[in-house]
Amino acid sequence: MIERAIPFLYLAAAGSFVLALKWLSAVSTARRGVIVGIAGMALAVGGTLLRPEIVSYRWIGAAFVAGTVIGVPMALMPMTAVPQRTALSHAFGALAAALVGTAEFYLRAPRIDRVTMGALVLEVLLGFLTFTASLMAFGKLQEILPTRPITWRFQNIVNLSLLGLAAGSGVYLVVRPDSVWLFPAFVSLSLLFGVLLIVPIGGADMPTVISLLNSYAGLSAAAMGFVLDNKLLIVAGALDGSSGFILSVIMCRAMNRSFTNVLFGAFGKVRDEDRPAGELRPVRSATAEEAAGILQAAGLVIVVPGYGMAVAQAQHKVRELYDVLTKAGVEVKFAIHPVAGRMPGHMNVLLAEANIPYDRLMEMEEVNSEFPQADVALVLGANDVTNPAARHDRTSPIFGMPILEVDKARTVMVVKRSMNPGFAGIENELYYLDRTLMVFGDAKAVVGSIVRELSGGGGR
Amino acid sequence: MSPELEQGLYVFVLATFVGLEVIRRVSPLLHTPLMSLTNAISAIAVVGSILVAGEQRTSLSTVLGTIAVACSMVNIVGGYLITYRMLRMFRKSGKEKP
Repeated sequence: MIERAIPFLYLAAAGSFVLALKWLSAVSTARRGVIVGIAGMALAVGGTLLRPEIVSYRWIGAAFVAGTVIGVPMALMPMTAVPQRTALSHAFGALAAALVGTAEFYLRAPRIDRVTMGALVLEVLLGFLTFTASLMAFGKLQEILPTRPITWRFQNIVNLSLLGLAAGSGVYLVVRPDSVWLFPAFVSLSLLFGVLLIVPIGGADMPTVISLLNSYAGLSAAAMGFVLDNKLLIVAGALDGSSGFILSVIMCRAMNRSFTNVLFGAFGKVRDEDRPAGELRPVRSATAEEAAGILQAAGLVIVVPGYGMAVAQAQHKVRELYDVLTKAGVEVKFAIHPVAGRMPGHMNVLLAEANIPYDRLMEMEEVNSEFPQADVALVLGANDVTNPAARHDRTSPIFGMPILEVDKARTVMVVKRSMNPGFAGIENELYYLDRTLMVFGDAKAVVGSIVRELSGGGGR
Repeated sequence: MSPELEQGLYVFVLATFVGLEVIRRVSPLLHTPLMSLTNAISAIAVVGSILVAGEQRTSLSTVLGTIAVACSMVNIVGGYLITYRMLRMFRKSGKEKP
Protein backbone atom coordinates (compact mmCIF):
# COMPACT_ATOMS: atom_id res chain seq x y z
CA MET A 1 0.00 0.00 0.00
CA ILE A 2 2.83 2.33 0.88
CA GLU A 3 3.90 2.27 -2.78
CA ARG A 4 0.92 4.43 -3.57
CA ALA A 5 2.64 7.30 -1.78
CA ILE A 6 5.71 7.17 -4.01
CA PRO A 7 4.38 9.37 -6.86
CA PHE A 8 3.43 12.01 -4.30
CA LEU A 9 6.89 11.89 -2.74
CA TYR A 10 8.42 12.36 -6.21
CA LEU A 11 6.09 15.25 -6.95
CA ALA A 12 7.02 16.95 -3.68
CA ALA A 13 10.70 16.39 -4.47
CA ALA A 14 10.33 18.04 -7.89
CA GLY A 15 8.62 21.03 -6.28
CA SER A 16 11.36 21.30 -3.65
CA PHE A 17 14.06 21.48 -6.32
CA VAL A 18 12.33 24.38 -8.06
CA LEU A 19 11.92 26.18 -4.74
CA ALA A 20 15.56 25.51 -3.85
CA LEU A 21 16.74 27.26 -7.01
CA LYS A 22 14.25 30.08 -6.56
CA TRP A 23 15.46 30.77 -3.04
CA LEU A 24 19.05 30.70 -4.19
CA SER A 25 18.47 33.95 -6.07
CA ALA A 26 19.32 36.13 -3.06
CA VAL A 27 21.82 35.70 -0.25
CA SER A 28 19.15 36.24 2.42
CA THR A 29 17.09 33.22 1.34
CA ALA A 30 19.85 31.06 -0.16
CA ARG A 31 20.48 28.88 2.87
CA ARG A 32 16.79 28.06 3.08
CA GLY A 33 17.15 27.01 -0.57
CA VAL A 34 19.82 24.47 0.30
CA ILE A 35 17.71 23.02 3.12
CA VAL A 36 14.68 22.56 0.90
CA GLY A 37 16.95 21.04 -1.74
CA ILE A 38 18.19 18.50 0.81
CA ALA A 39 14.60 17.76 1.78
CA GLY A 40 13.71 17.18 -1.87
CA MET A 41 16.58 14.77 -2.32
CA ALA A 42 15.65 12.93 0.89
CA LEU A 43 12.09 12.50 -0.42
CA ALA A 44 13.38 11.22 -3.76
CA VAL A 45 15.80 8.73 -2.20
CA GLY A 46 13.29 7.66 0.46
CA GLY A 47 10.56 7.15 -2.13
CA THR A 48 12.84 5.09 -4.34
CA LEU A 49 13.92 2.85 -1.46
CA LEU A 50 10.24 2.02 -0.85
CA ARG A 51 9.75 0.68 -4.37
CA PRO A 52 8.75 -2.97 -4.51
CA GLU A 53 11.19 -3.81 -7.33
CA ILE A 54 14.07 -3.56 -4.91
CA VAL A 55 14.95 -7.02 -3.62
CA SER A 56 18.09 -6.28 -1.65
CA TYR A 57 19.51 -3.26 0.14
CA ARG A 58 22.97 -4.69 0.71
CA TRP A 59 24.75 -3.09 -2.25
CA ILE A 60 22.78 0.10 -2.00
CA GLY A 61 23.81 0.49 1.63
CA ALA A 62 27.46 -0.18 0.83
CA ALA A 63 27.35 2.38 -1.99
CA PHE A 64 25.74 4.97 0.31
CA VAL A 65 28.61 4.55 2.74
CA ALA A 66 31.27 4.68 0.00
CA GLY A 67 29.71 7.79 -1.54
CA THR A 68 29.52 9.56 1.79
CA VAL A 69 33.13 8.71 2.61
CA ILE A 70 34.29 10.31 -0.68
CA GLY A 71 31.72 13.11 -0.67
CA VAL A 72 32.45 14.65 2.71
CA PRO A 73 36.17 15.39 2.08
CA MET A 74 35.20 16.77 -1.33
CA ALA A 75 32.94 19.27 0.43
CA LEU A 76 35.69 20.36 2.79
CA MET A 77 38.21 21.35 0.11
CA PRO A 78 39.53 24.92 0.34
CA MET A 79 37.67 27.55 -1.66
CA THR A 80 40.62 28.07 -4.01
CA ALA A 81 40.09 24.46 -5.17
CA VAL A 82 36.39 24.91 -5.91
CA PRO A 83 36.76 24.92 -9.73
CA GLN A 84 38.58 21.57 -9.69
CA ARG A 85 36.12 20.15 -7.21
CA THR A 86 33.21 21.20 -9.38
CA ALA A 87 34.75 19.58 -12.45
CA LEU A 88 35.27 16.38 -10.48
CA SER A 89 31.68 16.29 -9.27
CA HIS A 90 30.42 16.82 -12.83
CA ALA A 91 32.45 13.70 -13.67
CA PHE A 92 30.80 11.68 -10.88
CA GLY A 93 27.29 12.83 -11.80
CA ALA A 94 27.75 12.09 -15.49
CA LEU A 95 29.30 8.69 -14.79
CA ALA A 96 26.31 7.67 -12.67
CA ALA A 97 23.89 8.51 -15.48
CA ALA A 98 26.03 6.79 -18.11
CA LEU A 99 26.40 3.59 -16.05
CA VAL A 100 22.68 3.35 -15.40
CA GLY A 101 22.10 3.76 -19.15
CA THR A 102 24.61 1.02 -19.89
CA ALA A 103 23.01 -1.33 -17.35
CA GLU A 104 19.54 -0.63 -18.77
CA PHE A 105 20.76 -1.37 -22.29
CA TYR A 106 22.14 -4.80 -21.39
CA LEU A 107 19.03 -5.61 -19.32
CA ARG A 108 16.59 -4.72 -22.07
CA ALA A 109 18.29 -5.23 -25.44
CA PRO A 110 17.18 -6.34 -27.95
CA ARG A 111 13.56 -5.86 -26.80
CA ILE A 112 13.72 -2.11 -26.58
CA ASP A 113 11.49 0.31 -28.47
CA ARG A 114 12.96 3.10 -30.56
CA VAL A 115 11.87 6.00 -28.41
CA THR A 116 13.39 4.48 -25.28
CA MET A 117 16.51 3.55 -27.19
CA GLY A 118 16.82 7.12 -28.50
CA ALA A 119 16.70 8.50 -24.96
CA LEU A 120 19.11 5.83 -23.78
CA VAL A 121 21.62 6.66 -26.53
CA LEU A 122 21.49 10.35 -25.56
CA GLU A 123 21.89 9.50 -21.87
CA VAL A 124 24.93 7.31 -22.52
CA LEU A 125 26.56 9.65 -25.07
CA LEU A 126 26.19 12.76 -22.91
CA GLY A 127 27.06 10.85 -19.74
CA PHE A 128 30.30 9.30 -20.95
CA LEU A 129 31.54 12.34 -22.88
CA THR A 130 30.86 14.58 -19.88
CA PHE A 131 32.64 12.07 -17.66
CA THR A 132 35.97 12.14 -19.53
CA ALA A 133 35.66 15.84 -20.43
CA SER A 134 35.16 16.71 -16.76
CA LEU A 135 38.11 14.57 -15.73
CA MET A 136 40.23 16.40 -18.32
CA ALA A 137 38.97 19.76 -17.04
CA PHE A 138 39.83 18.62 -13.52
CA GLY A 139 43.35 17.68 -14.65
CA LYS A 140 43.86 21.07 -16.26
CA LEU A 141 42.51 23.02 -13.29
CA GLN A 142 44.56 20.97 -10.84
CA GLU A 143 47.53 21.54 -13.17
CA ILE A 144 48.23 17.83 -13.52
CA LEU A 145 47.79 18.44 -17.26
CA PRO A 146 49.19 21.43 -19.16
CA THR A 147 46.81 24.38 -18.83
CA ARG A 148 47.70 25.96 -22.17
CA PRO A 149 45.47 24.98 -25.07
CA ILE A 150 46.99 22.14 -27.06
CA THR A 151 46.25 22.28 -30.76
CA TRP A 152 47.28 20.39 -33.84
CA ARG A 153 46.45 20.40 -37.52
CA PHE A 154 43.05 19.04 -38.52
CA GLN A 155 42.06 18.95 -34.85
CA ASN A 156 38.56 20.25 -35.47
CA ILE A 157 38.03 17.90 -38.41
CA VAL A 158 39.19 14.92 -36.34
CA ASN A 159 37.02 15.92 -33.37
CA LEU A 160 33.93 16.57 -35.44
CA SER A 161 34.24 13.34 -37.37
CA LEU A 162 34.66 11.48 -34.09
CA LEU A 163 31.46 13.07 -32.80
CA GLY A 164 29.81 12.20 -36.10
CA LEU A 165 30.93 8.61 -35.75
CA ALA A 166 29.61 8.41 -32.16
CA ALA A 167 26.28 9.95 -33.21
CA GLY A 168 26.12 7.66 -36.24
CA SER A 169 26.59 4.52 -34.18
CA GLY A 170 23.99 5.90 -31.75
CA VAL A 171 21.48 6.27 -34.58
CA TYR A 172 22.30 2.76 -35.80
CA LEU A 173 21.60 1.42 -32.31
CA VAL A 174 18.21 3.16 -32.33
CA VAL A 175 17.30 1.64 -35.69
CA ARG A 176 18.66 -1.80 -34.85
CA PRO A 177 18.59 -2.24 -31.04
CA ASP A 178 19.67 -5.87 -31.48
CA SER A 179 23.18 -4.83 -32.55
CA VAL A 180 24.54 -5.39 -29.07
CA TRP A 181 28.09 -5.70 -30.48
CA LEU A 182 28.07 -2.02 -31.44
CA PHE A 183 27.38 -0.73 -27.93
CA PRO A 184 30.95 -0.98 -26.54
CA ALA A 185 32.24 0.89 -29.62
CA PHE A 186 29.61 3.56 -29.08
CA VAL A 187 30.70 3.93 -25.45
CA SER A 188 34.39 4.16 -26.40
CA LEU A 189 33.72 6.81 -29.02
CA SER A 190 31.80 8.90 -26.48
CA LEU A 191 34.61 8.59 -23.93
CA LEU A 192 37.26 9.50 -26.50
CA PHE A 193 35.33 12.50 -27.79
CA GLY A 194 35.09 13.86 -24.23
CA VAL A 195 38.87 13.77 -23.89
CA LEU A 196 39.57 15.41 -27.25
CA LEU A 197 36.95 18.10 -26.63
CA ILE A 198 38.92 19.54 -23.70
CA VAL A 199 42.47 19.19 -25.09
CA PRO A 200 42.36 22.51 -26.99
CA ILE A 201 40.67 24.42 -24.15
CA GLY A 202 42.79 26.87 -22.16
CA GLY A 203 42.46 27.98 -18.55
CA ALA A 204 40.64 31.25 -19.24
CA ASP A 205 37.88 29.39 -21.09
CA MET A 206 37.23 27.06 -18.17
CA PRO A 207 34.28 29.05 -16.78
CA THR A 208 32.35 28.48 -20.01
CA VAL A 209 33.37 24.85 -20.34
CA ILE A 210 32.54 23.96 -16.74
CA SER A 211 29.10 25.52 -17.18
CA LEU A 212 28.56 23.60 -20.37
CA LEU A 213 29.53 20.31 -18.70
CA ASN A 214 27.13 21.14 -15.87
CA SER A 215 24.40 21.44 -18.48
CA TYR A 216 25.32 18.14 -20.17
CA ALA A 217 25.30 16.24 -16.86
CA GLY A 218 21.78 17.55 -16.25
CA LEU A 219 20.56 16.66 -19.72
CA SER A 220 21.93 13.17 -19.29
CA ALA A 221 19.85 12.77 -16.12
CA ALA A 222 16.79 14.10 -17.98
CA ALA A 223 17.35 11.54 -20.74
CA MET A 224 17.42 8.86 -18.03
CA GLY A 225 14.02 10.15 -16.99
CA PHE A 226 12.71 9.34 -20.49
CA VAL A 227 14.25 5.85 -20.39
CA LEU A 228 12.71 5.05 -17.00
CA ASP A 229 9.54 7.11 -17.65
CA ASN A 230 10.19 9.07 -14.46
CA LYS A 231 9.02 12.70 -14.40
CA LEU A 232 11.10 13.63 -11.35
CA LEU A 233 14.30 12.83 -13.24
CA ILE A 234 13.08 14.84 -16.21
CA VAL A 235 12.31 17.89 -14.05
CA ALA A 236 15.57 17.81 -12.08
CA GLY A 237 17.61 17.15 -15.21
CA ALA A 238 15.92 19.98 -17.10
CA LEU A 239 16.55 22.41 -14.22
CA ASP A 240 20.21 21.48 -14.13
CA GLY A 241 20.46 21.61 -17.91
CA SER A 242 18.97 25.09 -18.12
CA SER A 243 21.14 26.35 -15.27
CA GLY A 244 24.35 25.23 -16.97
CA PHE A 245 23.09 26.66 -20.24
CA ILE A 246 22.37 30.10 -18.77
CA LEU A 247 25.73 30.22 -17.03
CA SER A 248 27.62 29.33 -20.19
CA VAL A 249 25.71 31.96 -22.18
CA ILE A 250 26.61 34.57 -19.52
CA MET A 251 30.26 33.49 -19.67
CA CYS A 252 30.35 33.63 -23.47
CA ARG A 253 28.80 37.08 -23.50
CA ALA A 254 31.30 38.29 -20.94
CA MET A 255 34.06 37.30 -23.35
CA ASN A 256 32.22 38.43 -26.47
CA ARG A 257 32.58 34.97 -27.98
CA SER A 258 30.28 32.28 -29.28
CA PHE A 259 29.95 28.67 -28.10
CA THR A 260 31.56 27.40 -31.29
CA ASN A 261 34.42 29.79 -30.84
CA VAL A 262 35.07 28.60 -27.29
CA LEU A 263 34.89 24.91 -28.21
CA PHE A 264 36.59 24.99 -31.58
CA GLY A 265 38.32 28.36 -31.70
CA ALA A 266 41.60 27.33 -30.04
CA PHE A 267 41.90 30.77 -28.53
CA GLY A 268 45.52 30.57 -27.46
CA LYS A 269 46.86 29.77 -30.89
CA VAL A 270 46.13 33.10 -32.49
CA ARG A 271 47.92 34.84 -29.72
CA ASP A 272 51.32 33.19 -29.80
CA GLU A 273 52.20 34.74 -33.13
CA ASP A 274 51.83 38.43 -32.34
CA ARG A 275 53.58 38.28 -29.06
CA PRO A 276 57.09 39.73 -28.93
CA ALA A 277 56.37 43.37 -29.84
CA GLY A 278 56.19 46.02 -27.18
CA GLU A 279 57.87 44.29 -24.30
CA LEU A 280 60.57 46.91 -24.25
CA ARG A 281 58.21 49.84 -23.90
CA PRO A 282 58.76 51.80 -20.70
CA VAL A 283 56.45 51.33 -17.72
CA ARG A 284 56.34 53.21 -14.41
CA SER A 285 56.96 50.97 -11.47
CA ALA A 286 56.48 51.63 -7.78
CA THR A 287 57.42 49.99 -4.50
CA ALA A 288 54.94 48.73 -1.93
CA GLU A 289 55.84 51.75 0.21
CA GLU A 290 54.88 54.23 -2.51
CA ALA A 291 51.73 52.25 -3.25
CA ALA A 292 50.74 52.41 0.43
CA GLY A 293 51.16 56.18 0.42
CA ILE A 294 48.88 56.61 -2.57
CA LEU A 295 46.24 54.25 -1.15
CA GLN A 296 46.21 56.06 2.17
CA ALA A 297 45.53 59.40 0.51
CA ALA A 298 42.67 58.01 -1.60
CA GLY A 299 38.95 58.50 -1.01
CA LEU A 300 37.67 55.58 -3.09
CA VAL A 301 39.70 52.49 -3.97
CA ILE A 302 38.32 49.84 -6.31
CA VAL A 303 40.06 46.48 -6.13
CA VAL A 304 39.96 44.32 -9.26
CA PRO A 305 40.74 40.70 -8.36
CA GLY A 306 41.57 38.03 -10.93
CA TYR A 307 42.85 34.49 -11.17
CA GLY A 308 46.29 35.72 -10.00
CA MET A 309 44.79 36.48 -6.59
CA ALA A 310 43.47 32.92 -6.34
CA VAL A 311 46.81 31.42 -7.41
CA ALA A 312 48.72 33.48 -4.85
CA GLN A 313 46.07 32.66 -2.19
CA ALA A 314 46.09 36.39 -1.46
CA GLN A 315 42.43 36.75 -0.45
CA HIS A 316 43.14 36.89 3.30
CA LYS A 317 45.82 39.55 2.83
CA VAL A 318 43.31 41.47 0.69
CA ARG A 319 40.90 41.33 3.58
CA GLU A 320 43.58 42.84 5.87
CA LEU A 321 44.12 45.61 3.33
CA TYR A 322 40.37 46.17 3.24
CA ASP A 323 40.28 46.43 7.04
CA VAL A 324 43.20 48.85 7.29
CA LEU A 325 41.92 51.13 4.54
CA THR A 326 38.35 51.11 5.83
CA LYS A 327 39.62 52.02 9.27
CA ALA A 328 41.57 54.90 7.74
CA GLY A 329 38.34 56.22 6.21
CA VAL A 330 39.01 55.03 2.65
CA GLU A 331 36.05 53.52 0.85
CA VAL A 332 36.94 50.15 -0.68
CA LYS A 333 34.91 48.32 -3.32
CA PHE A 334 35.58 45.21 -5.36
CA ALA A 335 34.92 44.98 -9.08
CA ILE A 336 34.09 41.46 -10.23
CA HIS A 337 34.21 40.61 -13.92
CA PRO A 338 31.90 37.67 -14.78
CA VAL A 339 34.78 35.54 -16.13
CA ALA A 340 37.36 36.45 -13.49
CA GLY A 341 38.83 33.21 -12.17
CA ARG A 342 38.21 29.69 -13.38
CA MET A 343 34.48 29.26 -12.84
CA PRO A 344 31.40 31.48 -12.59
CA GLY A 345 31.41 33.40 -9.32
CA HIS A 346 34.88 32.16 -8.33
CA MET A 347 36.10 35.54 -7.00
CA ASN A 348 32.94 36.07 -4.95
CA VAL A 349 33.36 32.88 -2.94
CA LEU A 350 37.06 33.54 -2.39
CA LEU A 351 36.43 37.05 -1.06
CA ALA A 352 33.47 35.84 1.00
CA GLU A 353 35.72 33.16 2.47
CA ALA A 354 38.14 35.89 3.50
CA ASN A 355 35.23 37.53 5.28
CA ILE A 356 34.78 40.51 2.99
CA PRO A 357 31.13 41.64 3.15
CA TYR A 358 29.27 40.75 -0.01
CA ASP A 359 27.72 44.20 -0.36
CA ARG A 360 31.23 45.44 -1.25
CA LEU A 361 31.43 43.10 -4.24
CA MET A 362 30.11 44.78 -7.36
CA GLU A 363 29.19 43.49 -10.78
CA MET A 364 30.73 44.90 -13.91
CA GLU A 365 27.73 46.97 -15.01
CA GLU A 366 27.32 48.68 -11.64
CA VAL A 367 30.96 49.37 -11.03
CA ASN A 368 32.02 50.69 -14.42
CA SER A 369 30.25 53.99 -13.79
CA GLU A 370 32.24 54.39 -10.57
CA PHE A 371 35.76 54.12 -11.96
CA PRO A 372 35.89 57.81 -13.05
CA GLN A 373 35.30 58.79 -9.41
CA ALA A 374 37.85 56.32 -8.05
CA ASP A 375 41.22 57.58 -6.89
CA VAL A 376 42.87 54.20 -7.24
CA ALA A 377 41.99 51.06 -9.19
CA LEU A 378 44.07 48.27 -7.69
CA VAL A 379 44.40 45.39 -10.16
CA LEU A 380 45.33 42.14 -8.41
CA GLY A 381 46.12 39.32 -10.79
CA ALA A 382 43.54 40.31 -13.40
CA ASN A 383 44.73 40.97 -16.93
CA ASP A 384 42.64 40.60 -20.07
CA VAL A 385 39.45 41.81 -18.38
CA THR A 386 41.10 45.22 -17.81
CA ASN A 387 42.67 45.69 -21.26
CA PRO A 388 41.39 48.93 -22.85
CA ALA A 389 42.29 47.48 -26.26
CA ALA A 390 38.98 45.60 -26.06
CA ARG A 391 37.21 48.93 -26.53
CA HIS A 392 39.02 50.40 -29.52
CA ASP A 393 41.61 48.07 -31.09
CA ARG A 394 39.86 46.17 -33.85
CA THR A 395 42.89 43.97 -34.45
CA SER A 396 42.98 42.74 -30.85
CA PRO A 397 41.67 39.20 -30.32
CA ILE A 398 39.65 40.47 -27.37
CA PHE A 399 38.07 43.39 -29.27
CA GLY A 400 34.47 43.85 -28.20
CA MET A 401 34.81 41.98 -24.93
CA PRO A 402 33.15 43.91 -22.09
CA ILE A 403 35.88 45.04 -19.69
CA LEU A 404 36.25 46.70 -16.31
CA GLU A 405 37.15 50.27 -17.20
CA VAL A 406 39.98 50.64 -14.71
CA ASP A 407 41.83 53.05 -16.99
CA LYS A 408 39.26 55.72 -16.07
CA ALA A 409 40.43 55.83 -12.45
CA ARG A 410 42.82 58.60 -11.43
CA THR A 411 45.61 56.12 -10.68
CA VAL A 412 45.81 52.52 -11.79
CA MET A 413 47.96 50.24 -9.69
CA VAL A 414 48.77 46.84 -11.13
CA VAL A 415 50.23 44.10 -8.94
CA LYS A 416 51.89 41.57 -11.19
CA ARG A 417 54.77 39.09 -11.02
CA SER A 418 56.46 40.30 -14.21
CA MET A 419 55.69 41.86 -17.55
CA ASN A 420 54.79 38.48 -19.06
CA PRO A 421 51.46 38.64 -20.83
CA GLY A 422 48.65 36.63 -19.23
CA PHE A 423 47.00 33.46 -20.44
CA ALA A 424 45.92 34.94 -23.73
CA GLY A 425 49.40 36.22 -24.47
CA ILE A 426 48.10 39.64 -25.48
CA GLU A 427 49.86 42.83 -24.49
CA ASN A 428 47.80 44.83 -22.04
CA GLU A 429 48.12 48.46 -23.05
CA LEU A 430 46.86 49.45 -19.63
CA TYR A 431 50.38 48.90 -18.29
CA TYR A 432 51.87 51.61 -20.49
CA LEU A 433 49.47 54.41 -19.56
CA ASP A 434 50.87 57.46 -17.77
CA ARG A 435 48.51 56.97 -14.87
CA THR A 436 49.50 53.34 -14.36
CA LEU A 437 51.94 52.20 -11.70
CA MET A 438 53.28 48.67 -11.81
CA VAL A 439 54.03 47.03 -8.46
CA PHE A 440 56.02 43.90 -9.25
CA GLY A 441 55.84 40.83 -7.06
CA ASP A 442 53.61 38.01 -5.82
CA ALA A 443 50.11 39.31 -5.04
CA LYS A 444 50.15 37.93 -1.49
CA ALA A 445 53.61 39.33 -0.69
CA VAL A 446 52.91 42.75 -2.20
CA VAL A 447 49.54 43.19 -0.49
CA GLY A 448 51.16 41.95 2.73
CA SER A 449 53.86 44.62 2.63
CA ILE A 450 51.36 47.34 1.71
CA VAL A 451 49.34 46.35 4.77
CA ARG A 452 52.48 46.51 6.95
CA GLU A 453 53.29 49.99 5.63
CA LEU A 454 49.76 51.20 6.30
CA SER A 455 49.45 49.76 9.78
CA GLY A 456 52.38 51.61 11.26
CA GLY A 457 55.31 52.04 8.85
CA GLY A 458 57.89 49.30 8.51
CA GLY A 459 57.89 45.79 9.95
CA ARG A 460 55.80 44.67 12.84
CA MET B 1 3.91 9.46 -30.26
CA SER B 2 3.26 7.31 -27.21
CA PRO B 3 1.44 9.03 -24.33
CA GLU B 4 4.47 8.49 -22.05
CA LEU B 5 6.78 10.27 -24.47
CA GLU B 6 4.28 13.05 -25.02
CA GLN B 7 3.87 13.67 -21.29
CA GLY B 8 7.60 13.42 -20.77
CA LEU B 9 8.30 16.04 -23.43
CA TYR B 10 5.69 18.40 -21.96
CA VAL B 11 7.28 18.04 -18.55
CA PHE B 12 10.76 18.57 -20.00
CA VAL B 13 9.85 21.70 -21.94
CA LEU B 14 7.93 23.27 -19.07
CA ALA B 15 10.62 22.44 -16.52
CA THR B 16 13.25 23.96 -18.82
CA PHE B 17 11.30 27.21 -19.03
CA VAL B 18 10.82 27.28 -15.25
CA GLY B 19 14.54 26.64 -14.87
CA LEU B 20 15.50 29.41 -17.28
CA GLU B 21 13.23 31.93 -15.56
CA VAL B 22 14.28 31.00 -12.02
CA ILE B 23 17.98 30.81 -12.72
CA ARG B 24 18.11 34.06 -14.69
CA ARG B 25 17.26 35.79 -11.44
CA VAL B 26 20.14 34.31 -9.46
CA SER B 27 22.63 37.03 -8.56
CA PRO B 28 26.09 36.61 -10.17
CA LEU B 29 27.40 36.83 -6.61
CA LEU B 30 26.02 33.31 -6.07
CA HIS B 31 26.99 31.66 -9.33
CA THR B 32 29.45 29.27 -7.71
CA PRO B 33 26.95 28.05 -5.06
CA LEU B 34 24.37 27.81 -7.85
CA MET B 35 26.59 25.45 -9.75
CA SER B 36 27.31 23.27 -6.73
CA LEU B 37 23.60 23.16 -5.85
CA THR B 38 22.50 22.18 -9.36
CA ASN B 39 25.27 19.62 -9.26
CA ALA B 40 23.73 18.12 -6.14
CA ILE B 41 20.27 18.24 -7.72
CA SER B 42 21.45 16.45 -10.87
CA ALA B 43 22.54 13.64 -8.57
CA ILE B 44 18.84 12.74 -8.87
CA ALA B 45 20.32 10.06 -11.13
CA VAL B 46 20.45 8.24 -7.78
CA VAL B 47 16.82 7.20 -8.38
CA GLY B 48 17.70 5.18 -11.46
CA SER B 49 20.91 3.95 -9.85
CA ILE B 50 19.12 2.60 -6.75
CA LEU B 51 16.63 0.73 -8.92
CA VAL B 52 19.32 -0.88 -11.06
CA ALA B 53 21.43 -1.77 -8.00
CA GLY B 54 18.51 -3.03 -5.93
CA GLU B 55 16.66 -5.11 -8.54
CA GLN B 56 19.71 -7.40 -8.86
CA ARG B 57 18.67 -8.80 -12.21
CA THR B 58 22.14 -9.59 -13.55
CA SER B 59 25.52 -9.28 -11.87
CA LEU B 60 26.61 -6.72 -14.49
CA SER B 61 23.64 -4.47 -13.78
CA THR B 62 24.11 -4.82 -10.01
CA VAL B 63 27.78 -3.82 -10.25
CA LEU B 64 27.11 -0.87 -12.57
CA GLY B 65 24.17 0.21 -10.43
CA THR B 66 26.18 0.05 -7.23
CA ILE B 67 28.96 2.20 -8.70
CA ALA B 68 26.32 4.65 -9.95
CA VAL B 69 24.70 4.86 -6.50
CA ALA B 70 28.10 5.60 -4.94
CA CYS B 71 28.86 8.31 -7.56
CA SER B 72 25.47 9.95 -7.03
CA MET B 73 25.90 9.82 -3.28
CA VAL B 74 29.25 11.62 -3.58
CA ASN B 75 27.45 14.50 -5.28
CA ILE B 76 24.47 14.51 -2.94
CA VAL B 77 26.57 14.63 0.23
CA GLY B 78 29.39 16.73 -1.22
CA GLY B 79 27.20 19.07 -3.25
CA TYR B 80 24.78 20.10 -0.52
CA LEU B 81 27.48 20.31 2.12
CA ILE B 82 29.81 22.58 0.14
CA THR B 83 26.93 24.78 -1.01
CA TYR B 84 25.89 25.29 2.59
CA ARG B 85 29.50 25.94 3.59
CA MET B 86 29.90 28.57 0.89
CA LEU B 87 26.67 30.33 1.75
CA ARG B 88 27.68 30.60 5.40
CA MET B 89 30.65 32.67 4.27
CA PHE B 90 28.56 35.42 2.70
CA ARG B 91 27.87 38.19 5.19
CA LYS B 92 26.92 41.85 5.02
CA SER B 93 29.12 44.70 6.28
CA GLY B 94 28.89 45.31 9.96
CA LYS B 95 28.03 41.71 10.78
CA GLU B 96 30.65 39.27 11.96
CA LYS B 97 30.56 35.71 10.71
CA PRO B 98 28.45 33.47 12.98
